[in-house]
Amino acid sequence: MSARPNLIAGGVISGAVLTLAALSLVWVPHDVTALNIAERLRPPGGPYLLGTDQLGRDMLAMLMVGARSSIAVALVAVGIGMGAGVPLGLMAAATRGGWLDEIVMRMNDLIFAFPALVIAILITAILGPSALNAILAIGIFNIPVFARVTRGAALGLWTLDYIRAAELAGKGRARISTEHVLPNIANLLIVQATIQFSLGILAEAGLSYVGLGAQPPTPSWGRMLAEAQTMIYTAPRLAILPGLAIVLTVLGLNLLGDGLRDALDPRLRRAAR
Amino acid sequence: MLRYALTRLLSLSLSLIAASVAIFAAIEVIPGDPAAYMLGLNAAPETVAVLRDELGLSGSVWARYLDWISGLATGDFGISYTYRVPVAELVAQRLAVSLPLAAYALALSTAIALPVGLWAAARRGRGADLGIMAATQLGIAVPNFWFAMLLVLVFAVKLRWVSAGGFPGWEAGLGPGLKALTLPAVALALPQAAILARVMRSALIETLGQDYIRSARAKGLSRAQALRRHAFRNALIPVLTILGLQFSFLLAGAIIIENVFFLPGLGRLIFQAITQRDLIVVESVVMLLVFAVILVTFLVDLAYAAVDPRLKRR
Repeated sequence: MSARPNLIAGGVISGAVLTLAALSLVWVPHDVTALNIAERLRPPGGPYLLGTDQLGRDMLAMLMVGARSSIAVALVAVGIGMGAGVPLGLMAAATRGGWLDEIVMRMNDLIFAFPALVIAILITAILGPSALNAILAIGIFNIPVFARVTRGAALGLWTLDYIRAAELAGKGRARISTEHVLPNIANLLIVQATIQFSLGILAEAGLSYVGLGAQPPTPSWGRMLAEAQTMIYTAPRLAILPGLAIVLTVLGLNLLGDGLRDALDPRLRRAAR
Repeated sequence: MLRYALTRLLSLSLSLIAASVAIFAAIEVIPGDPAAYMLGLNAAPETVAVLRDELGLSGSVWARYLDWISGLATGDFGISYTYRVPVAELVAQRLAVSLPLAAYALALSTAIALPVGLWAAARRGRGADLGIMAATQLGIAVPNFWFAMLLVLVFAVKLRWVSAGGFPGWEAGLGPGLKALTLPAVALALPQAAILARVMRSALIETLGQDYIRSARAKGLSRAQALRRHAFRNALIPVLTILGLQFSFLLAGAIIIENVFFLPGLGRLIFQAITQRDLIVVESVVMLLVFAVILVTFLVDLAYAAVDPRLKRR
């Protein structure tokens, strides 16, 4: 019963952010690369709905384009995590207890010891800073998460009768994994993807804040915050708006994840954190 | 217990070796010669060769790896390319800020989250519970470095209760040092506390549904007593897991938060090292961070066994 408000609120907020980000591909209120010192630090209102920053750029336009970078990074990172993690988890579960399972799980433990920030630091040291770093770092961090969730859920399925029946019918482990196991854990993976997506938005913000993410002149929420920090005495609005955008997006995605979990699989509700 | 501890210790050592190989290999693939970089474009090849020897950059890959790893084990982290002082010295100075910060935040977050989770679980479904759950949902969505900026805005800019950043050093005394770390620690702790409180609450609610809680209630314990005496300890396993995971987030978070408050910690060191291509510093600090995470995982495993004796026999 309580699932509906979460799902609706989460869907509406996430939908709105996604729409603004998508809209920025074709239209923004003002050009974000054009500097206009004469119009710097304008208060909200008039031609600038949310005011302008220290270089005269429109805050709304910056936030819209920033949403695009955040979403792109988090989305691709979830794709990397799922693309590598799910097959690994399926393989580990199909060969449970075997050497392959052991190797996959130990590799997982190893990656777990590297927080996304540390991976980003290493990649930046090697390749120099770029938005690609953030994608790679968060993506690599996502792999063991998906591998673990997939393996855990798949292990439970492998003991069920219909899977045994498929085995007896002569289907191979790989085929059973893709035809029977994967469809049955898809719901769980969708929910996990939503969670990792919101964590990715947070991580991207943190990385671009410390300069390990998107580089100028590409606007990103994290870098807007970093630049606003020196202006915090004169124009606190510059520091408040990008933060609110992050909070709203992450909150929307989390609510959506909770709502989806409850709607897709009521059995998961008890296990919910 | 001893056998359990020994297996965990073996797995700890293997993880450390694997991690060190991964980090060394990652730094090894970087093109360019730090010695040439340090001396600039006009350096004579002979001078570069001498410096390479000095920095321990000559020799085979294996020899360098073994050199590095045995150095780490004995506390000799090498010489910083840019600062020209032992890396161990640099790291120790910075750790004296970052480690207390992470520990302070961990203590704060636990001290807030466990009672709040317990309180919410005891009032499950009522107004107070719903309010706490809504607040934690918000807490999870707030990036800690932005929260830190808001704290600066309120407490340093508007109220002028504290300075906006900087660190007087522990030489100035424990009080001023802790005072400088309080705002950063709160910024780190509150978002973590939101997650921890949720875990505590759902773990408690899970255990409250168990038969032994019904038995405890049947023998006359009040709901609150059953919660404190029986459910709390059993709910600690998932809480410990999250606490262990949180430590790595706290360390990473501390590195980012240091930038907001201009604290001279590991974070400032590593970001400077990256821009100056001081790879030996990057390598050592990354290894140190990974070591800390692996060590905490090991300690959490031991704590599991202490909380749940059944695990010792596995």
